[in-house]
Parts: sequence; C-alpha cells; structure tokens
Amino acid sequence: MSTATEFQAKTRTGRIADFVDQRVGGSTMVKEFGRKIFPDHWSFMFGEVALYTFVILLISGTFLTFFFDPSMAETHYAGSYNPLRGVEMSVAYASSLDISFDVRGGLFMRQVHHWSALLFVASVSVHMLRVFFTGAFRKPRELNWVVGGVLLILSLAAGFTGYSLPDDLLSGNGLRIIDGVVKALPLVGTYISAFLFGGEFPGTAIIGRLYMLHIMLVPALILLMVAMHLFMVVVHKHTQYPGPGRTEDNVVGFPVGPVYAAKAGGFFFIVFGVVALISGFFTINPIWNYGPYDPSPVSAGTQPDWYIGWVDGALRLMPGMLGNFSFEWIIPFPWGANTLVLNVLLPALVPAIVLLGLMFAWPWIERWVTRDDREHHILDRPRNAPFRTAVGVAGVVFYSVMWAAASSDLVATHFLVSLNDVTYWLRALFFLGPVIGFIVTRRICLALQRKDRDIVLHGREAGIIEMSPEGGFSERHEPLDEYKRYRLVAFDSPDVVPAQPDAVGHISRAEKRRGALSRLFFEDRVAPVTPEELAEAHAHHGHAAVEGGEKAQIGH
Amino acid sequence: MKALSQRRRHPLAAAALLLIGLVATGGLYTAAGSVNEAKASTVYTASDVEEGNKLFVANCATCHGLNAEGTPNGPSLVGVGAASVDFQVGTGRMPMQMQGPQAQAKPVQFSDEQIVQLSAFVASLGAGPAVPHEEWLDTSLGNSANGGAVFRTNCAMCHNAAAAGGALTRGKFAPSLDGVSEAHIYEAMVTGPQNMPVFNDSNISPEEKRDVITFLKEIESQGSPGGAALGSLGPVSEGLFIWTAGLGIIIAFTIWLTSRSS
Repeated sequence: MSTATEFQAKTRTGRIADFVDQRVGGSTMVKEFGRKIFPDHWSFMFGEVALYTFVILLISGTFLTFFFDPSMAETHYAGSYNPLRGVEMSVAYASSLDISFDVRGGLFMRQVHHWSALLFVASVSVHMLRVFFTGAFRKPRELNWVVGGVLLILSLAAGFTGYSLPDDLLSGNGLRIIDGVVKALPLVGTYISAFLFGGEFPGTAIIGRLYMLHIMLVPALILLMVAMHLFMVVVHKHTQYPGPGRTEDNVVGFPVGPVYAAKAGGFFFIVFGVVALISGFFTINPIWNYGPYDPSPVSAGTQPDWYIGWVDGALRLMPGMLGNFSFEWIIPFPWGANTLVLNVLLPALVPAIVLLGLMFAWPWIERWVTRDDREHHILDRPRNAPFRTAVGVAGVVFYSVMWAAASSDLVATHFLVSLNDVTYWLRALFFLGPVIGFIVTRRICLALQRKDRDIVLHGREAGIIEMSPEGGFSERHEPLDEYKRYRLVAFDSPDVVPAQPDAVGHISRAEKRRGALSRLFFEDRVAPVTPEELAEAHAHHGHAAVEGGEKAQIGH
Repeated sequence: MKALSQRRRHPLAAAALLLIGLVATGGLYTAAGSVNEAKASTVYTASDVEEGNKLFVANCATCHGLNAEGTPNGPSLVGVGAASVDFQVGTGRMPMQMQGPQAQAKPVQFSDEQIVQLSAFVASLGAGPAVPHEEWLDTSLGNSANGGAVFRTNCAMCHNAAAAGGALTRGKFAPSLDGVSEAHIYEAMVTGPQNMPVFNDSNISPEEKRDVITFLKEIESQGSPGGAALGSLGPVSEGLFIWTAGLGIIIAFTIWLTSRSS
C-alpha cells in the first residue's frame, strides 16, 4: 500500500533515475558534484591530461598483459623479425617481439602505452610546475601538494619498472645502472641488490618481480593517490586566477554538469586521439633494434626515458677523480676493507634529495617565512611572487642541466662539439645555472611588476607621437579600462615581517632566522598601486592635460 | 753436426738462437694470420701503379710525403694497403677537408678508375689489407641474425645498436652507417680508419664480417616498422618529441577548449 503522495515518474528514463536515486542517492550526488564549479583556464587542464593518459595506460597496458610473458627462461626467437631469428634470448624479450610483430595491433598498442607513459609523466610535471608558480599549494592545499609529489615519484616508479620489462639491451643497461646505484649504498647495498635480483645481476628473477610491481602495486598506489588527490580538489574547490568578481570566497567558472562534463569528457577523447595519432606515425622504443639483453655489450646512445634522464645526467656529470682526490673511499674495518663509492652515491642521491626535499617542504617554508595563515583560493601571477618564481626557475634550471647531461653524447654529435667540453660546461652550469637563473628571474619579475605599476599609473603606451604647438614631442598614453586595471592592482603582496618577540618579549634564534629570510624574500617587493596613488596620478594627468590643451581632449 | 756442436758456446750462439726463434715465430704468425685473410679480387697493372703515383704526387704528397713516407701532417702510407685507400678516398674522407679531431666524409673527389689507380700505387709500397673480394660482400650469403649479434658485441658501443652513430671523446665520433656501401664497411673493419680499431680476420672472420654487412643492409632496407624512427637515437629524441610536438598539440587543444566565444 503506497501513499498517494509518493512520486511516480512518467517516463522510462525517469523511472530508472528514480530507482537509482532511491537506492544510492544519485540525485544528491549529481546535485553536489554536478553543480561543482570549475574555472576555465588552459593551464588548469594538465592535471586532466595526466588523469586521461593514466586511463589510456590502464587500457593499453591491460591489452599488453594478454600477450606478455615476464619469464627470463632462455629461448630461441622464431618469430617473423628476420634479423633476430634464431638468436638466443629471454622469453620476456621474445614475447615483446611477438607483441610487436606477430600480434595484430600489438605494435600500435605498445607504442600507445609507451607514448602515453611519456606524456603522463610530462603532464604531471607541467601540472606541478603550474601549481608551484601560481602558488596553488598554499593553505588549504599543502597536503594535496604532497599527494601530488608522491604521485610524481610513483609515476617515475611506474615508468622505470615498465621500461625494464622487454628485457632488451637498452633496458638491461638501464637496470645495470640501477644495480650499480643500489650496490653503492653503504653496508646494505650489496644485500639489497642480491635480494632484488635474486642473486648476482642479472639473474633470472628480476623481470617477473618488476612486472608484478608494474602491473599491480604501483598502479594500485597511483589509483589510491589519484582518488585522494581528486577528493581533496573537490573539498578545497578549484583555485582561480585574479579577476573582477573573483574573491577568496567564490569560484567563477562553469558547473560540472553539463558544460564541464562535456568539455572534460571530450578532452579525454582528444588526448586519446593525439596519443593514438602519435603512436601510429612515430616509433617509440624500437626494441628490435637493441637486441636481447646480454651484460657484455653496451650501445652508444644508451639513455633512460626522459623522466629518469636527470639522474642519469647527474651520474654522467660526476667526476671519478678531482685532481688527485678520489671519490672512491676504501674504509678499513676489522673484517676487511669496505668501499664507499661516493662518485656513484653522491650524484644518484644528493640532487634527488635536494630537489624532492625542497619540493615537499616548500609550502611549509613559505608559510613559516610569511607567517601567513590565511586560506588562498586566488592564484598569484608568477611575477607577483618574485622570490618563489625565482626559486622555481632555479630548480627548473638545476633539473634541466642534469637532464641535458643525460644527452651529452647526442649534443656533442649533433652540434659538432667536443663531448668533454659539453661535460665541463654542464658541470659549471650545475653549480652556476641555478644561481644565474634565480637572479635573472627575480630581476625580470620585479621589472615586470614595475612595468605593471607604470601601466596602471600612466596608461598604456599608444605608440602615437604627438607634437605640441610649442614643438615638443610626447607619446600618448591610453588609460586602462577597469577590468584590465583590476588584474594589475588586485594581488596579494606579502611584506617583510621582521622577527617578532614572543609573549615574554624574547626573540628566539629561529624567529631571527625567519625574519632574515623574510627580508631576503620580500625586501625588494614592488607594492601594488593603491587607490590613493591612482587618484594622485590621475590628478597629475589632469594637471598636465590643462597645459597640454589639445592632447587632453584626445587622451582623456 | 760436429762443427755446430763445437760452436755451441760461441758468444753469438745465444743471439743466433734468439734470431732463429723470432724469425720462426714471426713467420709462422704471419703465415697463420694470412691463411684466413680474404684475398683481393683486383689485379693491378703496372700502368695503374704509374698513374696512381702521378695522382698521389699531385693530390696527397703535401701531407703524406712524395714517397708516402709520411710528414708531421699525415701518416706514412707504406703498408696500409689498397683497402685503406679505397675506403678513405672512396668515401671522400681523403683528401682531407681540414685538420681536426677526425677526417669527415664529403663528396668523393676522384673517379672510380682514379681510386683504383691510387689504391694500386699505395698497395705497391708494401703489403697491406686488399680490397675485399665480391664473395665477402654478397649479402645473399650472409646471416643477419648472427651479424646482429657480432655487431652488438663489437660495434654498437660506438656506432649505436641501430647503427645511428655516437660520440667519442674530444670531438671524435663514430659515424652513422646508414647508406655506407658493403665494400666500405668491410674495408673499415680491416683497416680501422680514423679512431676505429682494426678488426682483423682472426678477430672477426670474413664470414662474420659478411654477416655484419648483411645485418646492416637488412635494417637499412627494411625501414622502420613502427613509423618515423626519429633518428633512431633512442629515448632522447622520443622525450624531445613528446615535450615539443606532443605537449604542444595538447596545449593547443586546451587553449581551444577554454577559449570563450566572443
């Protein structure tokens, strides 16, 4: 017996929707999530590119698992690629070749998987750079920044474990470098290497183990982190660029349903289409060129995929000897001498610790220095945070120098320079590059801010030169409209906060240090134009206009 | 025998014995080494040598000396063999464009006949590797899979697994092998031009050299199964491609998607 007031849907769609709604509360979800507002800006879409390429990776990866056999048992290749026929190789490599040459669509899917992996890590990186340079990591989003950093590291892990699976010469060389780095760890290195490879490198276990990590553990962790990441995005709401009508309490943009859902859904197919086109027309990782893995040969031009390149580059830059000083230390112990291979250990770990450590700690460093506990939903233009932008560029330069070093041999052959000179220059840039990058970027930011002030106070240069009746020349300046002016004046500009005494009037050493850092961060700051300054500038213009006569009529 | 045994304590006996030992070892080694050597197909005439001499004096003697004895600007060519001349002159590396870390290939300066004459002249100066017989250049007789294995073990560390070339120290480099003729590949292995080591016939047998040539010609002619090869340079060109073209296209789409109709 139902009551008369109960809702009865008239159409079939309505009845299905009602059925779902009564059981899982669909309408509440649609109401909550579907009305979520997302602001529109192209730079906000890299996170989506990362998510979509990850979905493509899951789909194409599933296809590859149907045919890939991660066994390191020995076999003789009998497939259709002639230059390798009869060659002794592992089953893993043979099955990768079979995917490439004897499974219909297999080579295409392999290339889709690999190209989307490269695009995945690239879009994650660009997304993080966008978040950093616009200050989107500030309260309340610090933890989401950390989750994003963990996602970056996980994507490197996913990439590296996958790169090694085909068991070709190139990936085997890469694995050997990892083995060398692991063995360089003091005391535990050789044990970790033996456990990882099940004995001496290369052994017969590593491909199967990496396969399990690559298709189960790492993607599961990535999915978990993605879920947390998106959940926090929904909780925090999206950030937005400054503009008229945009405040710390609202989000200006389109709702998810229907506009944004359509755009985002369409964008998935665009990304998939771009990856598919690239995969159809451009070779990636031609494993048949490299041959089966064998510890003796090493090919020229052996590099890791781009995202591991910076670690490889650091290893290439590190000298084994500096004059007469050796980085290989023999340390005597009661049980015999142990070797500390600093020329491997330092480049493999120190740059990574510096870069990743600074990356994870930065939201807290900035929070501590500025003593800013407010929530920030309006983004900074990079020029309006000169110190942060300069630190970011220094980090990018530091990374890029190591990245470039990974291709030092190709730089040498393609630009017809000496390989040794490339290495010497990059060694110098390793130390000087970040400093130069920092100074130049900071000066550029401050100059751009001054330019902004100038435009607000005096208007935009019109490029029209006028001659006054007295014969003087002047350039006409056109005033800005209010919308454009808003963007140039309405920004958050932290000032120096000197060291503050605590409750009993004592200034702690940490607080003094913070005060010094705050001065370093903000002493050169260019403050935004205040309404009084603007009014004064306009009054001044009016005064000039009285004397300028005709110019006033045109200009104002 | 008595005369010999009487002189066994002669002061020069030890020296004579050493000399006999050295000559015997050296002679045997030479004999054993050349047994396996690919024999030349070309027979040079006296007029070839004479014409070659003229060409040599006019074009090469400035650096290599009038009798190919070498000068501070160029090494002696006595004993380098016809294969060396055929490679260096036949690929345009000689006459050398300029002094540098190594001779660069450039358009060939001489006709085939002139190259034969120059080879004949240099070969007449002293024994050396000859121009290979057709038999060792016939890729229909070679095994590309074995050639690939030999190539990866002996050549790939400088020339790259896909023979795309690679860097050496101080501006030297191993060139790409794409488009290099069968004979020049063979001659490079036996003569070791520029910074390349010599791979003599006891190191890589003529059959294996033919396999290597077969492998190189096969990967050259088969094209790239996966689409444009991006220079066969491995992950660097792939990374560069995705960061420029790949991300560029994606960014163009993001800008299009977020632009407002005005």
